[in-house]
Amino acid sequence: MKQVMGKIIGLTGDEAIAYAVKQCNVDVVAAYPITPQTIIVEAFSEYVHNGEVDTEFICVESEHSAMSACIGASLTGARVFTATASQGLALMHEMLYIASGLRCPIVMGVVNRALSAPINIHGDHSDMMGSRDCGWIQIYAENAQEAYDWVIQAFKIAEDHDVLLPVTVCIDAFILSHSMEGVEVREDEEVSKFLPVRKPSFKLDPDKPITVGALCLTDYYFEVKRQQVDAMERAPSVIKRVTKEYNALADRSYGLIETYNMEDADVAIMCLGSTAGTAKAVARKLRDEGKKVGVIKPWVYRPFPTEDVLEAVKDLKVLAVLDRACSFGAPYGALCSDVLSILYTEGSDLLVFNGVYGLGGRDITPFDVEAVFNEALEAAETGVVKERFKFIGVRE
Amino acid sequence: MVRLKDLPVEELFTSGHRLCAGCGAGIIARMTMKALRGPTVIVNATGCLEVASTIYPFTSWRVPWAHVAFENAAAVASGIEAAYKALRRKGLWDKHVDIIAFAGDGGTFDIGIQALSGALERGHDFVYICYDNEAYMNTGIQRSGATPHGAATTTSPAGTKIPGKPEFKKDFIGICAAHGIEYCATASPAYWNDYITKVRKALEVEGPAVIHVFSPCPLGQRFDPSQSIKVARLAVQTRYWPVYEVENGKYKLNIKVMKPKPIIEFLKIQRRFRHLFQPQFKHELDTIQRWVDENWKRITRLCGEEIP
Amino acid sequence: MSESENKLGWRSIPIAGILLEPGSSLKYKTGDWRAFRPVIDVEKCVNCLLCWIYCPDGAIIRLENHVAVNYDYCKGCGICKTECPAGAIKMVEEER
Repeated sequence: MKQVMGKIIGLTGDEAIAYAVKQCNVDVVAAYPITPQTIIVEAFSEYVHNGEVDTEFICVESEHSAMSACIGASLTGARVFTATASQGLALMHEMLYIASGLRCPIVMGVVNRALSAPINIHGDHSDMMGSRDCGWIQIYAENAQEAYDWVIQAFKIAEDHDVLLPVTVCIDAFILSHSMEGVEVREDEEVSKFLPVRKPSFKLDPDKPITVGALCLTDYYFEVKRQQVDAMERAPSVIKRVTKEYNALADRSYGLIETYNMEDADVAIMCLGSTAGTAKAVARKLRDEGKKVGVIKPWVYRPFPTEDVLEAVKDLKVLAVLDRACSFGAPYGALCSDVLSILYTEGSDLLVFNGVYGLGGRDITPFDVEAVFNEALEAAETGVVKERFKFIGVRE
Repeated sequence: MVRLKDLPVEELFTSGHRLCAGCGAGIIARMTMKALRGPTVIVNATGCLEVASTIYPFTSWRVPWAHVAFENAAAVASGIEAAYKALRRKGLWDKHVDIIAFAGDGGTFDIGIQALSGALERGHDFVYICYDNEAYMNTGIQRSGATPHGAATTTSPAGTKIPGKPEFKKDFIGICAAHGIEYCATASPAYWNDYITKVRKALEVEGPAVIHVFSPCPLGQRFDPSQSIKVARLAVQTRYWPVYEVENGKYKLNIKVMKPKPIIEFLKIQRRFRHLFQPQFKHELDTIQRWVDENWKRITRLCGEEIP
Repeated sequence: MSESENKLGWRSIPIAGILLEPGSSLKYKTGDWRAFRPVIDVEKCVNCLLCWIYCPDGAIIRLENHVAVNYDYCKGCGICKTECPAGAIKMVEEER
């Protein structure tokens, strides 16, 4: 079947997310502004006030109330969206666990921004990484196009009765949120057909009164949590099914991870978000010089794409995992810790080293990335990793 | 005017809950359920009522009921209201559903004030009922912004140096009225007719309405369970708890207490004030009587007829 | 094996800890909390229903001409006795 190419609109990452939400027939948006997510809510407010969407937009008085209102609306059976960043995500932290515990299929755009203190408005992943155990499905977009595509898919993944978990779609602050790209968008009818009206598995309905949020003591809490684990375990196959359908519609190749030039790679960089774009560009340059390098970019960070990652690295000699967040006191960064644990239990002898970079929006340049690749190549040569853990780009 | 025999027999808040014997919150919840006019959804903040009525797998509720967290009953109610509105507009839902948010003084005065303020300012159509037992009772009787001056709580104990809570109670309905909402009122479960009438009035409002109802607590306020309604009545009869309503900014006194009982009548029946009767703290009793008198003067003046 | 062996496992209960049966607390009889039980003198009862509206536990039953106590749930708080205007209720010590 020949895909019809969609029209291309110049959209920033924030605008792309708002545009996707517009097409998804969302019933309720409850959001609070925070740089650099503000454009998402502002753009969406324009749609609401111009009658371009039929959505109740609640300008809540804090992010904590934003997630609270979203949960209330979701429990009522509505399709719900919100967006936040950094301090806002941190403020709604307790509500994230409640949203996933109550199995609310909320979709949230997170514009990854550094956590205070010191206060900083630029991009790193400390906000989402600080909440990585909250039970949400977490997806990282490399560019505005991916942000647009993933928001649409996120609703379908979240609302699937085998999943029923909330989903975040993450983009890097300013690098993606405020940079304009040509984004190929689908027609409204295509999206409506792909994403029909939500069918809740349970809801607050006076004709069928249920109690939601009961006190589960030591005798029941564990079982409810185990159900959440089960949902997370079923999520990868649902995500694969949804991406397959979307790929056919939009001529894309989404999945749990993206591999770039990995077929015969000796070394690779793994990272999340926009840095992967830089890594791919550098990889292309090094390939031209005959160096066998590749990039692994998980789209889905939670549930961790264990099988896909193990498959991608099976013939690799050295993997450099880049974390854009610092786990203070932990032996390695969050992404690297996950990778190391699955490699260890596989009995893999892959050499790994970890670089923490880009905190507070510190730029990671092609030079930095090339240095990482060269270090990996050197380790592949010598069979020894010089530095297991390093900071990239900080002034001593 | 409500007649008891006209109230529905059906219990939408059933027996079998684990509230203390004589609990004011139980009385208030039952009375509220008698006042409903149609399909209703309850949002309940964390607290005595929520915990005791929904211990898995038991629930005392026969209406849709949601507990989400402690400080956000008003925010959750906002989301539910918006959802029904959106779904109705899209033809995915057919009827109007009343929304009642229950929260204690714990989940309202202090940690919950932000969410409530936001919801009132935005004008969501729901009723917020604060059942005020004047402390964080569910966690073991710690002081709240609703605890009166002099009351002993576990975080404002009756010490040898500081006799109970030094601060005075917040004017909660004043805060609500300042948001310019159509209706807010105080109530006491001892005056069931007044309370049920107010719940019905609040449900009729298209927009937010708040009811602040005194909730006697045998365990935390320290009196025999059989005295709950008596305490709730004394609260009003001593003018400690003026019963009034504010409709579009206009104050109206509902229960005119012409010959008030001295506040000591209310204080001496509750052992949370017992320490104030010691000789070294007796002046506190005068302080409290003065506060009650000033507050009564202030409220009745607002009602347009200062009653001495 | 850990606690609660005879209770349902995670595969059998509804998700999200939701409760589908309204009013299921009726299965939990709180009547054994009582130290004293209210006894109604039906001759004196004027059927004013004050005890009914004031009972925190909904343990007063409305009958044709008078009220009765539902001893399955009555916790023996004694509010009914205190508020009865006809003095038709007395609290009697429970025997166990």
